Order: sequence, then structure tokens, then C-alpha cells
Amino acid sequence: MRKFVIQALKRPFTAVFCAILVGLLVGAVTLLLGGFDPGRGYSLLITGITSSTRRMAQVLVNAVPIVMTGLAVSFAVRTGMFNIGADGQFIMGQITGAILGYYVPMPAIIHPIFIMLCAFVIGGLYAGFAAYLKNRFGIHEVISSIMLNWIAYYFMNFIVNMKSVKVPGTQHSPEIFDTAKITFFSREFRTTAEGEALIAKHPWMESLVRTDAGYAILVMIAVTLLLWIILKYTRLGFELRAVGYNYYAAEFAAMPVKRNALLSMFISGGTAALGGAMLVMSTSYFITMLGATEGYGWDGISVALIAGNHPIGCIFAALLYSALKLGGTEIQSRLGAPTEIINIMIGALVLSIAFAPALPRLAERLERKE
Amino acid sequence: MEQDTRTLPDESPVGNMNEAFHAPGGNQGEAADYAVEMYGISKSFGTLRALDHVDLTVRKGTIHALLGENGAGKSTLMKILYGLYTKDAGEIRIMGEPCEIKNPKQAIAHGIGMVHQHFMLVENMTIAENIVLGSEPIRSFGRLDREKMNRTIREFGEKYGLEVDPRAVIMDVSVATQQRVEILKALYRGADILILDEPTAVLTPQEIDNLIVTMHRLVEVGKTVIIITHKLKEIIASSEYCTIIRRGKVVDTVRVEDVTEKDLASMMVGREVMLTTEKDPAAPGEVIMEINDLTVKDNRGIEKVKDLSLYVRRGEILAIAGVDGNGQTELIEAITGLRKSEKGEIIVNGQHIENGLPVDTHRSGIRTIHEDRHKRGLVLDFQVGENLILESYKQKRFQGRNCLLSWKKINDYANRQIDKFDIRPAGCALQRAKELSGGNQQKVIVARTVEQEPDLLLACQPTRGLDVGAIEYVRNALVEQRDQGRAVLLISYELDEVFDIADRINVIYNGQIVADLDPEKTDEQAVGLLMAGGSQ
Repeated sequence: MRKFVIQALKRPFTAVFCAILVGLLVGAVTLLLGGFDPGRGYSLLITGITSSTRRMAQVLVNAVPIVMTGLAVSFAVRTGMFNIGADGQFIMGQITGAILGYYVPMPAIIHPIFIMLCAFVIGGLYAGFAAYLKNRFGIHEVISSIMLNWIAYYFMNFIVNMKSVKVPGTQHSPEIFDTAKITFFSREFRTTAEGEALIAKHPWMESLVRTDAGYAILVMIAVTLLLWIILKYTRLGFELRAVGYNYYAAEFAAMPVKRNALLSMFISGGTAALGGAMLVMSTSYFITMLGATEGYGWDGISVALIAGNHPIGCIFAALLYSALKLGGTEIQSRLGAPTEIINIMIGALVLSIAFAPALPRLAERLERKE
Repeated sequence: MEQDTRTLPDESPVGNMNEAFHAPGGNQGEAADYAVEMYGISKSFGTLRALDHVDLTVRKGTIHALLGENGAGKSTLMKILYGLYTKDAGEIRIMGEPCEIKNPKQAIAHGIGMVHQHFMLVENMTIAENIVLGSEPIRSFGRLDREKMNRTIREFGEKYGLEVDPRAVIMDVSVATQQRVEILKALYRGADILILDEPTAVLTPQEIDNLIVTMHRLVEVGKTVIIITHKLKEIIASSEYCTIIRRGKVVDTVRVEDVTEKDLASMMVGREVMLTTEKDPAAPGEVIMEINDLTVKDNRGIEKVKDLSLYVRRGEILAIAGVDGNGQTELIEAITGLRKSEKGEIIVNGQHIENGLPVDTHRSGIRTIHEDRHKRGLVLDFQVGENLILESYKQKRFQGRNCLLSWKKINDYANRQIDKFDIRPAGCALQRAKELSGGNQQKVIVARTVEQEPDLLLACQPTRGLDVGAIEYVRNALVEQRDQGRAVLLISYELDEVFDIADRINVIYNGQIVADLDPEKTDEQAVGLLMAGGSQ
């Protein structure tokens, strides 16, 4: 038994599991302090997620953008760059999606592919600029990318506010063409008789028809695998990881460290922007004047942290994240408890992840006592 | 408390040594004779048992050496005595009085002073200010009485034969002087027992001789000196007693006049070691690298390498001897592509590589064992296997048919290298490099470097911080490279090393090569003098 505990403590997954427990515990205490029944709260949370396949599909749909920003942050961190600018890059992707989706008419299939490529390049260059500043002038990427976040945010508001862009009487840009949308089924289809019939025939199809589920999910999975393969199985990935762990040794081993810093940020920024563009193409269809950023990039940092910066881990971390958020709305509507409780819970969870390195040490201690 | 640790392990080649060595035995009845008594001291860090029931007794008014390999526990033991670490178990007596030392302040109160390997001086203050810091002589209104302070310090130094200029600013004086200041600082705080942690690591041969004179002088006036070192020569020259520690246990305490260097080395390592490297005469071939009139500035814009010229030939080991800070670092950085030069040329195999990038240096056929293996030599968080291919990961043999890296091939290769170069623990391909000992980390670097068959091997302090066994290994590897017709450029601050393996010695002083010597026709004293700026 003791041996089992020691072995378990050494596994990274145990840390995540413990952190989730701590998060839930903190959430329970918060609910209790707010005068709500934690038991009922959590049962609502769980049924909120699992009550229907449609809701479970929604968790997946909501996870896509934060998987992308999570991937962006993890990839950069693995290569020694702290890309805190994923939020700005994500916004640049949203802008690209909204503008190209409306102003550049194209045939279906080609249209979204074109937008995704453009978004990747634009986000990549946007993040690459931070790397360039670091290489050329020694400006730390955290500082520059935070500033670039603000620039992207105000740039989006500026674009939306332009006379030629803003739809009169609204606060948003025009809706993108149907050719640019990447959901499996259009929104109109949900209410048609044909749609109703399909759901009646195959109840599970509801999860695809009545949500924004689309090709974004497939792209997300492909990008995740691709980044994982780059890191683990390519010479470039080997270089990037070497730089990430020890810049000086990588430089001395004649690796092109500066080019790699640029490349790493390009890939990272492109991934975040791709997430932004896909959000526009599958869910929002336009960009809106905002009083604050939606924070997809910031959520990405949490996701990367929970995932231990592993690309594949990002998918699971983002699913957990979006499940809690979606379940949280249920707590609010049915129990009347504010969704902030869910945010506190996620905060506690992320904070406890920071304690992860303590667990293997605890294991060592137990071993010594034996 | 029986002194059972005194018995020698069976594998020791000096197992038959005379019992008479055990002079400062643990006879507690004569406690008054001892300045320091430590009994049954144990200390663990995590799972590592740094000290295991260590006994140490130091006679009053003697110089007592603590000898051991890196990580043997000698520094830990002294840090416990000085209150920097707390012991897990054991008993300490100072001048016969049992005492608990919980922090350096209490240690100082008991008359213990310690001079650390890295000096702790305020760079922009004068020598006198540094010494009195914390107990300054004050005039009215809290003004510092400089007159009195400088006079006191001058007289104080003279008393111990440690003359210093009290007005000189620390950053303007030599390392040896800074060390004197550290010693004076400890004495000024009333130290009767002085611990010196690897004091000779930063000194030239002449300065080492001076330090030994100073140590004898201190003993004459009644002080007790404990010196931590792994240099055998200095123990023979300075100490009366020597306690050898191996893997956290005391191997023996001996009277130095009764043993030889070789005995000490064997006790320290636990097996017989060769203190000198065996090699055949060199058969130099064509010139591989030529440096002409090279000038390099450091970060502050000061010319550290000035019009330096040298050449290295195939099949020879050229050693650049010099005191740290005479331009070696800048020279290495210029050759390896980390630093731009002001003027001059570096030609390797006919290619100019001055002002190039590290990749140009690699292409020209140079591989380097960097002096800072943690910063430049290894990616500590990478596995050993990954570190072994750090410079050769682009080679086809590490790829599968799909052009992706094949971890199976890489690990097979790594395991072969680990066997071939005796990197321990065996089969450590998947362990992180930081989990290895210093000597094995260096073996990883040597293995990687040698496997690439460079035309010129640049070895910068390749044995720094290594213990005798690993030193033997690295030096043999360098000689083997030479024998295979490669050029070896050795940069070392240690004359022992230079004389042990060099086929030719260039002395560097103040950024210039001041002498090109044949080791057969010169000696350590002559080279030491040149290193310090003297003439031939």
C-alpha cells in the first residue's frame, strides 16, 4: 500500500488529480460560505455537463479555442519563450477571420482554408515580432507581448468601429459568408423540418446539429498531433527543446538559437491566431466592440499549466476547463450561486498545480522513512 | 564513542599502514589538547547521506587538512562547524567545551572563522572598511574614524605577516590579496580556529607558497588552521595532520610526514590511482589552427586579448598556462564564435573563422569541452542520450526512414557510448543529465566531443572540480586524441595539469602569449613566474 502511494506520488498525473480535488474542495467551501449546498451544487455541475450528448458536445466545442491558445503557450514555453501574448495573437486571428470572411468572397472549402492559412501567418508574424524584438534589442518577450495584447485588442475595436465595417445600428462587423463557416450543419438547419427529422431518427445527431460543432475540432486535433510530433520527433523540435532548457548550451552546440526563437514564436502565435479565426468561423461569425478582451489567451496559460505544457495534455486540460465553465452556468441558473464560484474553483485548481513539484519530494521523504 | 571508522577498508592499498599514524586519536581524556572535536556527526540531504558518523579531532596549534573527493562531505562537515548547516546527530566541542553551533554568529563567538571559496567582500569598499565592517571605530556623532581604522588594520596585518594596504579598494587588488583580507577579517573577529575552504583554487604557484607561509605563521602565534582541499601537494607542504573523507565517512586520520602523495590519493579514491598520465612523445604534424595578432575586448570594452598569436599542430597537446582572467575566457569565446574580435585572424584548416558564429567554428572542425559544463556543455534537463547527440542530432544515423528522429536508434547509440566511455550509472541513457555526478557529466561531454572526431579539440579546464579518478580519465582521453593525430588545445589554470599532459606550453599573461616552452626544458617555478608577469 505504502509502496503504491509512493509510486503514485511520483507520477505527474497524480499532481493534476490532487489539484482537481483541491479545486473542488475550495469550490465546496466557497459554496458553503455563500450559503449554498455544495452537494447539490456539484450534482448540478455534473448533470449540467452530462445530462445530454448536446451538452457534452458543447463542452468540446467550447474547448477548441482554449486548446489552441493552450497549445500556443505550451509550445512556446517548451522552447524557452513565455508567450504571454496568446491573447493578442488570438484576437489577430479573429480579426483576420471576420475581415477575410466577409470582404474576400471565395468558393466554399477553399474559403476557410484560405482564412486559416492567413490567420496562421498573421498571428505568427505578430508573435514573431516579439521574438524579433528580443533577438535584436534584448527586450523580454513577456513585456513586448503584453503590450502587443493591448495593441491587438484596441486594433480590433478600431476595425469594428470603422464606418465601412460596422453594421449600422449594431456594435459588430458584418457576418461572414456561409462559404467561410466551418460548422458541420448550418444554424438554419437546426430549425428546418429536415433537421428535426434527422434528430428524431438519430438522437445522438443532436450533438452535432444543435451545437457549433464543426471541422474546427478536427483541425484542433491535427494541430495538437502535429505540434507534439514536431517537439518530439523532428530535429527542429530537438533544437527548440534544447534552447528551451538551456539557451547557452544550445548556442554553444551551434544551433541557430535566434532563428529558432523566431520560429518558435511564429508557430506559437500562428496556433493561437488559428484558434481565433476558427472561433469566428464556427461560433461568432463576426467581431464585436469589446469593453475587455474575452481572455482566451489567458485561459490558454491556465490550460498549459494544467497540461504540464504537453500538447496532448492541453486537450484534456481544456476539456476540464470548459466542462467546469459550462457546468458553472448550471449552478448559476438552477442554484442561484454566482459563476464566480467556478472561477474561484479553477483558480484554486491552477494554483494547486503549482505545488506539483512538491509531490515527488514528498514521495522521496516517505521512501526515506521506510 | 569508539573510533571504529579508523579501520581501513579492505580494498585500500595502504591497508597495512602503521597504527602510529593515528596520532590525534579520539582519546577524550586529553580534551584540552584539541581545538575542535566533532564526534558522530551525521547529516542527510534528502535521501543523500552526506555525513555518516564522522569523527574529527583537530589539535590546537596545528594545520589540519581535510581531504576528499568532490561531494565526499568535507565542506559539509566544515559548514556544520561554522553553523551554516545544522547537524542531524553528533556532538561538537570547541577547546574542550561542548557547544551547539546553530549559526555563523555563534561560531564566531566560539572563535571560529571561515574563509569561503567565493569571497564575500564589498567590491567598492577599501580593505580596511571590509575588515572592520560591522564593528567600525566611531568618532563623535557616529563618524567613521578612518585614521584609527587604517592604522589598526595596518598594525593588525603586520602582526600576522599579512601586510595589506588598508586604503586600497577591493576591486583593484589581486585575488591573493582579497584572500588575505578574508583571513584578516576572520582574525579581526577573534578567530582562533580558521577554516580555509579550497583556498588555493584561485592562486598562482607563488601565491600558494605565500599562503602556506602565512598558515605556518598563524600556527606560530597559536592559531589552529583547518584546510579543505583535494590537492595532495599542498597537504604535504603545509599540514601536520590529514583526515581523509570518502563518501561521507572518515577513512583515516594520518600524520602527514608518514605518508606519500600516492597513499593519500589511494585513500581518497579508494583504489590505486595514477597521479601522472603516461604518454609517448608527441609527433606533431601540420598546423591545424593559427591565430594571428588577435585582439578581443571584454564586455566592458577592455582589451583582454592583445595581438595574440599562436598555432596548434596535429598530434600535439598545446597547453595555454595562465592565471584566470588573463584573457583565456575571451580567447575561447573568440575561437568558438561567441564573441567578436577587434582585429586579427583565426585560421582553422585554411578557413577564417574570426567573427563567425558557433556553427562556423563547428564546420571548421573544432569541438570544445567548455569550462562551464552546466551552462554551456550540457542541457541538464535533457536525458543523457539527448545530451550525447546534442551536436550530432542532424546525422542520418539518428533518423528513421521517415526523416523523423528515431528514439530507438538514439538510445541504442547512447547505451553504446555509455558502455564505451564508462559513464555511470550504467544504462543511464534515459536519466536526466543533472542526476549524474560531475565526473560522469564530464564523461558525457568528452564522449560526445570525441565521437565527432574533431580536427582540433579545445579543452577548457576539462578537469575543473573533478576528483582524482575522473581527472585521470579525462587526461587520458585527451592524450588518446592526440595519439590519433588530432590537435588538442588545453587551457588550464593548473600547472600540474599543464605539466602532466602538455607537449608544448604557451604562457598567457595580460592577453598575450609571453612564452612558448618545451615542458621538458622548463619547470613549474619558471612557468609560474611567467604567469605572474615575471620575465624568463
